Amino acid sequence: MQNIINFFLKNRYFFLFLVLLSFSLFLTIQSHNYHRSKFIHSANWVTGGIYETASNISDYFGLKKHNLRLIEENKRLRALLFNRDNAPLDSLPADSILIPENPGFVIRDAAVIKNSFSAPKNYLTIDQGEGDGIAQDMGVITSDGIVGIIDNTSAHYATVQSVLNTLTRINAQLKNTNHFGTLQWDGKSPSIVQLVDIARIAPLQTGDTIITGGMSTIFPKGIPIGTIKGFALDVSENYYIINVQLFNDMTNLGHVYVIENTNKEEILELEQSVNE
Amino acid sequence: MNNNTLSNGIRFIILVLVQVLICNHIQFLGYINPYIYVLFILLYPLKNENRALFLFLAFFMGFCVDTFSDSGGIHAAASLCIAYIRPLVLRFSFGSAYEYQTLKISNTNLGQRFMYLFIMILTHHIILFSLEIFSFTHILLTLKKALLSGAFTLLLCFLFIPLFRTKNQ
Repeated sequence: MQNIINFFLKNRYFFLFLVLLSFSLFLTIQSHNYHRSKFIHSANWVTGGIYETASNISDYFGLKKHNLRLIEENKRLRALLFNRDNAPLDSLPADSILIPENPGFVIRDAAVIKNSFSAPKNYLTIDQGEGDGIAQDMGVITSDGIVGIIDNTSAHYATVQSVLNTLTRINAQLKNTNHFGTLQWDGKSPSIVQLVDIARIAPLQTGDTIITGGMSTIFPKGIPIGTIKGFALDVSENYYIINVQLFNDMTNLGHVYVIENTNKEEILELEQSVNE
Repeated sequence: MNNNTLSNGIRFIILVLVQVLICNHIQFLGYINPYIYVLFILLYPLKNENRALFLFLAFFMGFCVDTFSDSGGIHAAASLCIAYIRPLVLRFSFGSAYEYQTLKISNTNLGQRFMYLFIMILTHHIILFSLEIFSFTHILLTLKKALLSGAFTLLLCFLFIPLFRTKNQ
C-alpha cells in the first residue's frame, strides 16, 4: 500500500498532466460533434462582453461601408415595393406595410461581434441572445445571402455555426429548377462551398444561381446563396458535386438578420408523427 | 514574490487579449496566424517554480483562448503539453545553466534561445493543428499549417521577449 501511495506521490505531476490532458481532449472531441457543450463557447458574458467592446470600437471605421450597404438594400426593397403589380402608389395594400399578425417568419437584427473563417470549424458571435428572442437552430442571413445557424445562446449573446464549418449541412436547390441537395464545406476557401447530392439529370450551367431549398425549418425558401463556379460527378457518377461561389463575403460581416420560423414546432411535430 | 505574481497575472491577461483581439484576425495568406500566447508558458519564471501551479496556469491559458475562439480544448491540450515538457527542453537547449538554476531567458545566447523557442513552438503548433484538423488524411495540411504559423509565432516571440524583460531580472 505504502508503495502505491509513494508511486502516486512520485509521479503526481504526471498524473496531474494526464487528468488535465484528458479533460482538454474531452472538450476537443466534444467540439467535433454537432451539438456542443453548453459551457464552453464565446457567448458567455465575459467573452461576449470583451468582443462587444472591441467591436464597438472597430465598428466606427466601417460605418460608411455599412451605410452604403443599407442604402443598396433599401433601394432594392423600394424597387420591389414600387413595382408590385404596377399598383398605383397612392393605394398600397395594407399588408405590404403592416406586419401580419401571425407571420411565418420573424426577422430580428443583430451585429456580428466576432467572426472567424480560417479554421475548419468556424463560429461567429452576435450581440443578441435568449433575452432578445434568439434560440438554437434559427437561420442567420445578411442582405446578400446566408451566414449560418444559431448554435449556442446565453442571455445577451449567441454563437452562430457558420456555413464555413465542416459540420454544417444546409438544404439548398437550383434557382431555375427544383433539384435540391445539401450544402456543405470542405474547409479550403472561405468564398467557396460545396453543394452535393444534386441528381445527375439536373441541367447545370456555370453561373447558375443557388438558393435555399425551404425543406428545412431553418431557412425560408429562396434566400440567395451563390453561383455555380464549377461542377463534377461524384464517385458513384450519379450525383454532382458543385462548387458554389458565395454571394456573401464571409470575411467581412457587419450586421446580420436572424430568422425565426414560427411554424417550426408544428412542422417538426408533424414529421415526428410520420416517423413513429 | 507578490510582485512576481502580479506581473505574471498582468502578462496572462494581456497575452490572452492580444491573442484573441489581434492575432486571431491576422489571417496572413488566409490561414497563417501567430499564437503569441505561448510566450506566457515560454517565459514563466524558472526559479522555484511550483510545477502543479504552472501546469494549471498553462492549461487555463489555453482554455481561455479556446473559449474565445470556440475551438473546444485544442489550445488547452497543446499548452498543457509544452508546459509539461518544458523542463526537458530547457535542459536540452541550455544544458548546465539550467541545472544550476542560474538561467535567465533574456540573457542566453541567440542559438540556444532559438533552439528552445523553436522546439517548444513547433511542438505546440503540431499538437494544436493535429487536434484542430483531427484527421490523418490531412497530415500534410497539418504540417504545412504548423510550420508556417510556427515561423510566424517564432518571429513575433523574438520581437516580444525584450518587451517582457522585468527590472529584477
